[in-house]
Amino acid sequence: MTDSRGATENRARAPLLEFRQARISFMLRAGEANVIPGLSFSLGAGEALGLVGESGCGKSTVALATMRYLGRAGRVTSGSILFEGQDIARMSEDELRRIRGRRIAMVYQDPMSSLNPVKTIGKQLMEVPMIHEGADAAAARALAVRMLEEVKLPDAAGFMDRYPHQLSGGQQQRVVIAMALIARPSLLIMDEPTTGLDVTVEAAVLDLVRELRQRHNSAILFISHNLGTVVRVCDRIGVMYAGEMVEQGTIRQVFANPRHPYTRGLLDCLPTLGRDKHGSPLATIPGQVGSPLSRPPGCSFARRCGSAEEGRCTTAPIPIRPVPGEAGHEAQCVRMAELEAWLRKDGQAGAVPDGAETAPLVEIAGLRKTYRQTHGLFGDTGKTVKALNDVDMFAEAGRTLAIVGESGCGKSTLAKIMSGLVTASEGTARIGPDQIAATAIDQRPQALKRKLQMVFQNPDSTLNPSHSVGYVIGRALRRLKGLGKRSAEDETRRLLDVVKLSGDFAGRKPHQLSGGQKQRVAIARALAGDPEVIIADEPVSALDVSVQAAIINLLNELQGERATTLLFISHDLAVVRYMADHVAVMYLGKVVEFGRAAEVFEPPFHPYTEALLSAAPVPDPDRQGERIILDGALPSATDLPPGCPFASRCPRKVGSICDTTPPPAQRLAHGHRIACHIEADELVSLQQGGAPERQREKHVRPHRAEEHIR
Amino acid sequence: MTLQTTIDRVAPPRPARTGPVAGALRQLMRVGENWPAMIGLAIVVFWVLAAILAPLVSPYPPNANDMKALAYPFPSRAHWLGTDHLGRDILSRILWGARTVLLVAPIAVLGAAALGSLLGLMAGYYRGWIDGLISRVGDIVLSFPVIILYMIILAKFGSSALNIIVVITLTKAPIIARIVRGITLELRERDYVLAAKMRGESALYIMFCEILPNARGPLIVDFCLRLGYTTIIIGVLGFLGIGLPPPDPDWGGMVKDTYGMMSVWPHMSLFPCAAVSSLVIGFNLLAIGLREISLRD
Repeated sequence: MTDSRGATENRARAPLLEFRQARISFMLRAGEANVIPGLSFSLGAGEALGLVGESGCGKSTVALATMRYLGRAGRVTSGSILFEGQDIARMSEDELRRIRGRRIAMVYQDPMSSLNPVKTIGKQLMEVPMIHEGADAAAARALAVRMLEEVKLPDAAGFMDRYPHQLSGGQQQRVVIAMALIARPSLLIMDEPTTGLDVTVEAAVLDLVRELRQRHNSAILFISHNLGTVVRVCDRIGVMYAGEMVEQGTIRQVFANPRHPYTRGLLDCLPTLGRDKHGSPLATIPGQVGSPLSRPPGCSFARRCGSAEEGRCTTAPIPIRPVPGEAGHEAQCVRMAELEAWLRKDGQAGAVPDGAETAPLVEIAGLRKTYRQTHGLFGDTGKTVKALNDVDMFAEAGRTLAIVGESGCGKSTLAKIMSGLVTASEGTARIGPDQIAATAIDQRPQALKRKLQMVFQNPDSTLNPSHSVGYVIGRALRRLKGLGKRSAEDETRRLLDVVKLSGDFAGRKPHQLSGGQKQRVAIARALAGDPEVIIADEPVSALDVSVQAAIINLLNELQGERATTLLFISHDLAVVRYMADHVAVMYLGKVVEFGRAAEVFEPPFHPYTEALLSAAPVPDPDRQGERIILDGALPSATDLPPGCPFASRCPRKVGSICDTTPPPAQRLAHGHRIACHIEADELVSLQQGGAPERQREKHVRPHRAEEHIR
Repeated sequence: MTLQTTIDRVAPPRPARTGPVAGALRQLMRVGENWPAMIGLAIVVFWVLAAILAPLVSPYPPNANDMKALAYPFPSRAHWLGTDHLGRDILSRILWGARTVLLVAPIAVLGAAALGSLLGLMAGYYRGWIDGLISRVGDIVLSFPVIILYMIILAKFGSSALNIIVVITLTKAPIIARIVRGITLELRERDYVLAAKMRGESALYIMFCEILPNARGPLIVDFCLRLGYTTIIIGVLGFLGIGLPPPDPDWGGMVKDTYGMMSVWPHMSLFPCAAVSSLVIGFNLLAIGLREISLRD
């Protein structure tokens, strides 16, 4: 919920931070890269402003410029950056040192790089008041413990003596936030603070930020590529494109009535929960952010804008102007008034094509993978890590099976077994007639390799930087299809066309490609042998939303044309909902829920699915429901509880039966199954009625009630 | 996001010139923008030309004695860098001496790089006992004081250009193997290596076509540095008298023959020393420059 009244009040006073026509450039060998051509915005005391935009839009430069961390190449060439009335761009190093860390604190994306690995959490926290305020050790210690309690770490005093590597990612980020707030800064800059975290952890951290903000009255400059997270934390939002603020206003104004085509584009290309591939393809924003070395004379978005008008949009700089009738809402578009009203594209789950269920092409049964845990040089601790623990699922031919879960749930291990990088300890996996679970990639016959290909997560490591695009695809064609040199070249061109890249990409090297283009090449490479199954391991999670939408559309189109079966691994529920025909929800090496996508995303949910769904950030200020926050960390996979793996964090736990007895797989319609002690009907009524606490103990299955005591 | 990635993101897309010739040209242009690389390249090219053209440009045959000059061996019109204690023209001997160094050093280092890369790739790619064997044998070779090792081997098998090359190849390969092994351990985990496995490539293809090309940056830099070290080693071997057999000119040997007369005729050993130093500095500057260029990518 946003507090726009407070925000307007604050803005009446002198702003805490004000960019006045700030122009920021990086001096490169190739010339002056004018990243920010002249940016103006202000942030009042206690206000939270979210900055969004694709990568390369200058969001991080704004954050760094506020601290004047621009490196040797970066310069504020004109304009000013006023913090509490003083110009940061013209401060001496001494003055800056007094502000950095004390008046302005920063939280970065990767908490591990903000924490010193050789010092305890306590020492690092105590340093801040001791250096900035000359506090003595005892006072600093007391303050540090209090901050750790405020960021809701259990056993705060105990955490003081721990080292960063002993904490989970979410805990580390809480410590970094505590460290940033301990000096009581008036401005907190957060640059993608939750991007590396799991959704449930992200939801908890975002809630924490919102709560702390009210208590400490720090202003927040919140940078994110994820519109959903901005909605949760901020009062106002600024949309940046090519270093310019193209639209800003309160969250409600911008989300209800986006006036800039770029803002609309960003909102439209999100696969918001509820949409699926049977409805409409996702909207995309064609092209990519232009180079700051040469700026077009008019609107910098005109090249990619569907509403751009030759002449009016492309000749002179466009000023940012207020949106009529909405105080504080501004947009930088000449055609602002002419654009038709924007409608949120959601809830358009299309009808599932009826066609009878096809036979499962991929079938995984009783799959287990156990690693022996080793420790140090000689140690075999005798403990085993159960990465996969009795996994069953299937994928129908020509359909998409999505595997979803948080890190540590075993989805990557499953991909590794399928691809033959490791072999399973027990159980079977088959593709058509071929059993593959126990066969490493080197032992698989070429015909089997051809059937199964993979698309990877990281666009920067998926292509060999030394090989041209044409070579990569041509080589795959020659190996998998046995084509000759000449016919491989023709086929390469055709495949590039299939993934919507022009033929001259064949001569390019990976460093000349954008992230999305690299993924397209990777998809073309995977398609070379006409595979029956493609494993896509988080293929879009490293991409901007606009690019993500295009890649998702491409994968769906290709599936439509070639009837390829997709095993789609993802942590993003909205993407999964959009892509999947079947969904497997995994937790700690077990499948807790499996079924058709439409059914998995409707009650009854497994309580973990329910928590995941409620944690997923929704880019809509009107749909910020109460969320289920999961307490505690993932239990270690070395000593799994005998009962339900989710019991230790489950908000709907019914009693000790959950800890002691493995839950039964309840089979519902169409192969939908939920591994839970609570009966499906009761789950439905719980999940539609809410209030899990009140009804807990009642729903123990009667015939199991005696099993409580071990 | 770090500042560096910000700068990378704003960097313009590079012009899409294709083909190996354009690529080599582009590389060369980048060397041109980098002054350490330029100076290093100039020095190295100077010595390469000197070595090639020695028969044409050297004023005297390298082993000819000018008895008249013995009375006054200092630099003069007739002998620009003076003569040595036997009346031989130092300039001519230095020019001819460049031939040995510039023949033996690159071949030896190339041999070491080839052997080292092969061993390093195998150790890093297969790991396990292959890695253990290669790494331990390498450790043993590296644990010997090299000069003593050279003396023992060359004393046993006799001193010749070929033996020097073999000895340097064998003693330097383990160092290069260590470098390549480290890079291979990292690169073998890349997704493109897995993609190659999934299309059924052989281990040899993956090592030499997927991994090795991406190790070329550090390898080229190391190659230049090691050329410099090897130049010094060849000088030292000559100085110790286990270099090339006399009377053929050899920079280290020239110093050995004359250093006893340093107090009277310092130029006799100083000029060959300067020749060694300049070539080593040339290789090192080239390495520094190439490292900067490779870091920019």
